[in-house]
Amino acid sequence: MDVVELSRFQFASTSIFHFFFVSLTVGLAFLIAVMETIAYVRADRREVYGKMTGFFGHLFLINFAVGVVTGIVQEFQFGMNWSEFSFFVGNIFGVPLALEVLMAFFLESTFIGLWWFGKDRLKPWMRLASIWLVAIGTQISAFWIVLANAWMHHPVGYEVVDGQARLTDFAAVVFNYKAWLYFAHVQGSAWVVAAFFVLGISAFHLLHGRDTDVYRRSLRIGLVFAAIGTVFSVISGHTAGQVAREDQPMKFAAMEAQWETSDSPAPWSLFAIIDQGQRENPFNIEIPYVGSILAYNSLEGRYEGINQLEEQYDAAYGEDDYTPPVAWVYWSFRIMVAIGSLLLAAAFLGLFLWWRRGRGLDTTRWYLRALVLFIPLPWIANFTGWMVTEMGRQPFMVYGELTVTEGVSANTAGEVLAGLIGLWAVYLALIGLDVYLLSVTARAGIHRKPGAQLISAPAPDYEGAGFQEYERRN
Amino acid sequence: MDLVTLWFWLIALTFTLYFFLEGFDFGVDILRPTLARTEAEERALTGTIGPFWDGNEVWVIAAAGLMFSTFPVWYGAVFSGMYPLFVLILLALLLRGVSFEYRNQVDSERWRAFWDWMSFGGSVVPSFLWGVIMAKLIEGLPVGRDGDVQGGFAELFTPFSLVGGVTTLLLFMLHGANFLLLRLHTDTVLYKRARTAALRWGALATAAIVAFVVMGYVTEDLFEDFGVVPWVFPIAAFLTLASIWLALVRRRDTLAFTMSGLTILFATVTVFLALYTRGEVLPSTLQSEYGLVLRESAAQQYTLVLMTWVGAIFLPLIIGYQIWNYYVFRERVRPDEGALSHGY
Ligand code: HDD
Ligand code: HEM
Ligand code: HEM
Repeated sequence: MDVVELSRFQFASTSIFHFFFVSLTVGLAFLIAVMETIAYVRADRREVYGKMTGFFGHLFLINFAVGVVTGIVQEFQFGMNWSEFSFFVGNIFGVPLALEVLMAFFLESTFIGLWWFGKDRLKPWMRLASIWLVAIGTQISAFWIVLANAWMHHPVGYEVVDGQARLTDFAAVVFNYKAWLYFAHVQGSAWVVAAFFVLGISAFHLLHGRDTDVYRRSLRIGLVFAAIGTVFSVISGHTAGQVAREDQPMKFAAMEAQWETSDSPAPWSLFAIIDQGQRENPFNIEIPYVGSILAYNSLEGRYEGINQLEEQYDAAYGEDDYTPPVAWVYWSFRIMVAIGSLLLAAAFLGLFLWWRRGRGLDTTRWYLRALVLFIPLPWIANFTGWMVTEMGRQPFMVYGELTVTEGVSANTAGEVLAGLIGLWAVYLALIGLDVYLLSVTARAGIHRKPGAQLISAPAPDYEGAGFQEYERRN
Repeated sequence: MDLVTLWFWLIALTFTLYFFLEGFDFGVDILRPTLARTEAEERALTGTIGPFWDGNEVWVIAAAGLMFSTFPVWYGAVFSGMYPLFVLILLALLLRGVSFEYRNQVDSERWRAFWDWMSFGGSVVPSFLWGVIMAKLIEGLPVGRDGDVQGGFAELFTPFSLVGGVTTLLLFMLHGANFLLLRLHTDTVLYKRARTAALRWGALATAAIVAFVVMGYVTEDLFEDFGVVPWVFPIAAFLTLASIWLALVRRRDTLAFTMSGLTILFATVTVFLALYTRGEVLPSTLQSEYGLVLRESAAQQYTLVLMTWVGAIFLPLIIGYQIWNYYVFRERVRPDEGALSHGY
């Protein structure tokens, strides 16, 4: 593998790892803020909701730590691996990145400490405000980074002078429709991740009949979030597909594995075997009309195929291979959509059961079992979603302007490979630990075994027996 | 002052704040194995930096982000040019960062010992490497004609950059010890140990900084463009460092901490002045005219104007709430065996 491929692989894997953690952080922060708000407002239920916030807050912190540290890699690697890209986009791309740091990261990292360690020092309303600031911080951070990423997919408000993009209109960058669309989709999917995380864990404890007063409430909060989140992801995802047909037609054609321009009305491929070398699908099951519905919300309309687009791209950007890895994009898209539809159904089924059965929801065992099994699905949807987005824009880094090969640093392959091995080793360990600690902690439930506790808090100023004992021995 | 100059110095300020803040939390983590003898003491030492370290670390993210937006060329050249060093720093920060949260999640001696090593090693490595990076910044990298940096791992370690690394390492240890004097109860044994450590590491740090400045002057000709005023800074760094000893002996802890902070400030400013006086953000070791010129490495005017507004609004706000954070957790810490048994 050469430097370009190694650097690509590194960027893709560090981003996927980072997003594994942060998608939970972004969604869960919000859920916890809501739980804490209920605890604050409903004085009569404070104990139950207090326990709930403590429990999910602990899980949140375990995960948050890894999100933070993997993020530093993200910030450095533009310069480390993509210095030519940094030169090309610096005038524009750096601004949202800097805004993310100044508006979000400082806020989150400072107030998370105040929220958790400030228990015995801050007034209750200040604690509540702290968790809300953390939650808002995560959303701001998601917004700016997705905006930066969306600019690469749909560059606006710039002109290219001497091989460098120059900012001409910052408002255009901020109001880039693609950015808001991606943000809505990423936001929705983060809620889905967190909601099904809370649902699965609550269901697990309800199945075992433990602390039902806490978990039946968290189950209901989770259901509301899951319903909102899935509706959000599905609608914005559907729109994202239609927008891609307009501004990244090659990506859309790859999502559908459509080699030749489709008929009108266009069918939708359900299952295809794809042969990229021969540029055809030896086997394809198609459902009539659905392709047009997806692309145009209409019963007719055709869209262009990869081969036709290849010619257009050649004419527009110069001879090159503009076909992305079709099978990856096609299958990733199908997996994401399947999971999205399944989870949407699950969320509304839950709401329905709650409406029909009330407390009976807590004993509908088949439903609760399914929720436990669903915990990993949103992560898979997230992963495949990014695969669609990022693979589908190959070979461009900045769409229509800069290819991946042009963006890379003048590093040696050896250097990058060595770094990659180191990073992978640490990332695998971190992801393993994260999953292990989350599941142990989640399973142990509210009554944690002693000894396992978070104590990076300053030891309070005890004058008690323990301290005197300690002083005596020294 | 034009915006290019302003942003050059704002980046210097961000790095300074980073070294000042993360310097002491690195220092505490490095000193912990030698200061703490019991589990309660370990936890008390972690407790001194627990609510702060994360907020401190964001300053380096800010430094990188601000460099990217205001000096994209410089950002790309520095980060790709010292690739292996940044990989090592990242690995160290990854492991250290999670050690805070993970150390006490599993009740086992070996588990805790493992994370203690991670927080120690994860602090030593960046403390040392940041010094190397700062020294290489003034010494220069093999910048080619087209601005690409092509160099090997071994070239990053010159005698000068190694001394730079040792200097920041010792400086951070001293700064950490001084910080502990402000954070620990004065009647604890830990406090006494921290004092001893400050005196010991302070003496070594002073020797290191003298070596660094003398080397920079004699063997590397680095400060030849320094006028009379720039020379004030390395000298001030030395003087403040020396004064810490006096402050410690006279039990003026706050003064000692202020002085180690000032030393870090003066040392960082020296590095950036060395660049500024030559008008080059990254000299080339291949051919002097290939070096990255300050003016040409900056972003366009529009971006700088935008960033100035952003900085003017958010930097004071951030500094404000971070100070408040220190105020909330101001009380001194003491080891407490009794607290070990209760969870959250
Ligand atoms: C949708 C959300 C999302 C996405 C797509 C990304 N991040 Fe992120 N990031 C977050 C959401 C987030 C977060 C949830 O806001 C984190 C996790 C913990 C935290 O403090 O912020 C975070 C942490 C985080 C940090 C550490 C902040 C700290 O120390 O407090 C950095 C430097 C980055 N990210 C940078 C990036 C870059 C360069 C990305 C693009 C490649 C990226 N993130 C994608
Ligand atoms: C906003 C800043 C981002 C930049 C500058 C960026 C840039 C890149 C680059 C340089 C690559 C490697 C080259 C390539 O194959 O295209 C890449 C690939 C990829 N990135 Fe992004 N990306 C960004 C955001 C993200 C985020 C936040 C994620 C999700 C976590 C992500 C997911 C991916 C994936 C899955 C790939 C693999 C695609 C492939 O290798 O072909 N990207 N991106
Ligand atoms: C039926 C439902 C869904 C549809 C139709 C859909 C559609 C899409 C499309 C078309 C894209 C690519 C956008 C582009 O590159 O232009 C995308 C990206 C993505 N999807 Fe989905 N999606 C659905 C459900 C989900 C779910 C449930 C999740 C996660 C829980 C998810 C997570 C993502 C992520 C993280 C991305 C990459 C970020 C982005 O480009 O916005 N999606 N989705």
